[in-house]
Amino acid sequence: MNQDRQAAIVGIHEYPSRLTRGVSAMDIKIDCIRTALEDAGLSWGDVDAVYDAGDGEAGGGLQLSAYLGLRPNVIDTTQVGGSSYEFQAAHAWRDIAAGKCKVAILSYGSTAASARWAIGTGSMQRPGAANWEANMEIPYGTTLIANYAMVKQRHMHEYGTTTEQLAGISVATRRHAMRNPDAVQAMTDLEFVGVNEITTADVLDSRVVADPLHLLECCMISDGGGAVVIASPEVARNTRKPPVWIIGSGEAIKYTESDGDITVSAGAQSGPVAFGEAGIAPDEIDIAMIYDSFTITVAVCLEDLGFCKKGEVGDYVAGGRLAFDNPDAPALNTDGGGLSSNHPGMRGIFLLLEATRQLRGESHSQRPDARLAVAHGNGGRLGSTHTGGTVILARD
Amino acid sequence: MAQRPQPRFPEPNTEPYWEATKQNELRYPVCTACETIIFTPRRHCTDCGSQDLEWKVSRGEGTVYTFSVVRQNRMPGFVDLGAYSVAYIDLDEGFRMLSGVIGIEDPTRDIHIGQRVRVEFEEQEEGEYPIPLFRPI
Repeated sequence: MNQDRQAAIVGIHEYPSRLTRGVSAMDIKIDCIRTALEDAGLSWGDVDAVYDAGDGEAGGGLQLSAYLGLRPNVIDTTQVGGSSYEFQAAHAWRDIAAGKCKVAILSYGSTAASARWAIGTGSMQRPGAANWEANMEIPYGTTLIANYAMVKQRHMHEYGTTTEQLAGISVATRRHAMRNPDAVQAMTDLEFVGVNEITTADVLDSRVVADPLHLLECCMISDGGGAVVIASPEVARNTRKPPVWIIGSGEAIKYTESDGDITVSAGAQSGPVAFGEAGIAPDEIDIAMIYDSFTITVAVCLEDLGFCKKGEVGDYVAGGRLAFDNPDAPALNTDGGGLSSNHPGMRGIFLLLEATRQLRGESHSQRPDARLAVAHGNGGRLGSTHTGGTVILARD
Repeated sequence: MAQRPQPRFPEPNTEPYWEATKQNELRYPVCTACETIIFTPRRHCTDCGSQDLEWKVSRGEGTVYTFSVVRQNRMPGFVDLGAYSVAYIDLDEGFRMLSGVIGIEDPTRDIHIGQRVRVEFEEQEEGEYPIPLFRPI
């Protein structure tokens, strides 16, 4: 394992409410930054690096830094969809290691549910947008869900994967959500039909939104947000909680190519780089925080990261196998995931938050003695232009 | 008659593609230097960077690579369409395009991967550009 300890997650906060009403995205970000700094035992003035995906009031790192009243030495406005926070964590690690800064903040806020934002069933592009991709997508009416569904359709065709198998992802994730009070409140506030554990049959019986994706294979749309504080080893020595070290990262993009394989994601490029840097193998991972916009996203990314071979994920996840209490497999999305805890649009930050809780021993679905975690974000649209951001985390 | 959203202009990358649909032609750009097909259309070769491209006309026949049937949507132009398909089609000339399969009774049952299809230009109620969609051969 990589023994260099160059930067660590030292403070975290997740906004508890998923239906905020009357609170702005910027309010959520500020509240989360303040509370994450408290969690670390650091103060406002300690922050010298700001990473922002432009989610508050647009303008990215410039606008957020000005609003916060800070003059950071590093401003990073990386916006690559839902995986923005894995990319930003990788950049913060790199910037701290290079001596450019000591205390970095990542933050996210969104009121997607309150604003009734049709992320999955609306147009994939802004209405009225004229660009090379929009002009070749909008007239055909592909929703975001249909884009992901086309990956599942091809995976089923090539490998014989079934919905019954992939339902295991929804089942394990819901089990974890039912143990997380914020997730239970989220499902209640967002009026889920049943706030309870679910079975494979429940997933199969839920209505089809875009063939072959069923409702219980799709993430929710919620409000929410969070913040992460990443610091240098000198700072991390004096923070309140045990540090969670970044020991590997990888970044990649992928897009439609005429001879491309839609069942392979950008994770096939970012994963090996991250595991290589970390000097560990996927089978050493205790906690797999994998972006669960849909079951198929998790399935494809698990394969691409090397948890199982391409085409074999059906057996790997079937029956809710990746549960926190099964020591024979990594624990998947132990906070309840986007499927059952929160998905305000860009879920990447929550992957870092729950991975950190696990490595601190603070999760509601704690894997005993969790030592190593992977946070893998997928941004954009899995069936066409998308990103993969992989971060490997280790406790002392 | 259908009313799908129209492409928007000015947009120089895709304008020749859409202009050709008015003659019911499916056109695609090819690099004159290295013969790479650039699809989705752009004005440079994605393989060698050359900006010397030539637009060719496809025979319009291909194979369904993958598809989905949209059962729930909140998009203008599609809300009233009922269940409709979107699909990636692999054209015989060697490029993959996003489109949809039409001319079938039940899209949830009558489309399959590997199905042979031919392009058809669907006239729209409003707007000058017909939309290239595919019908089983």
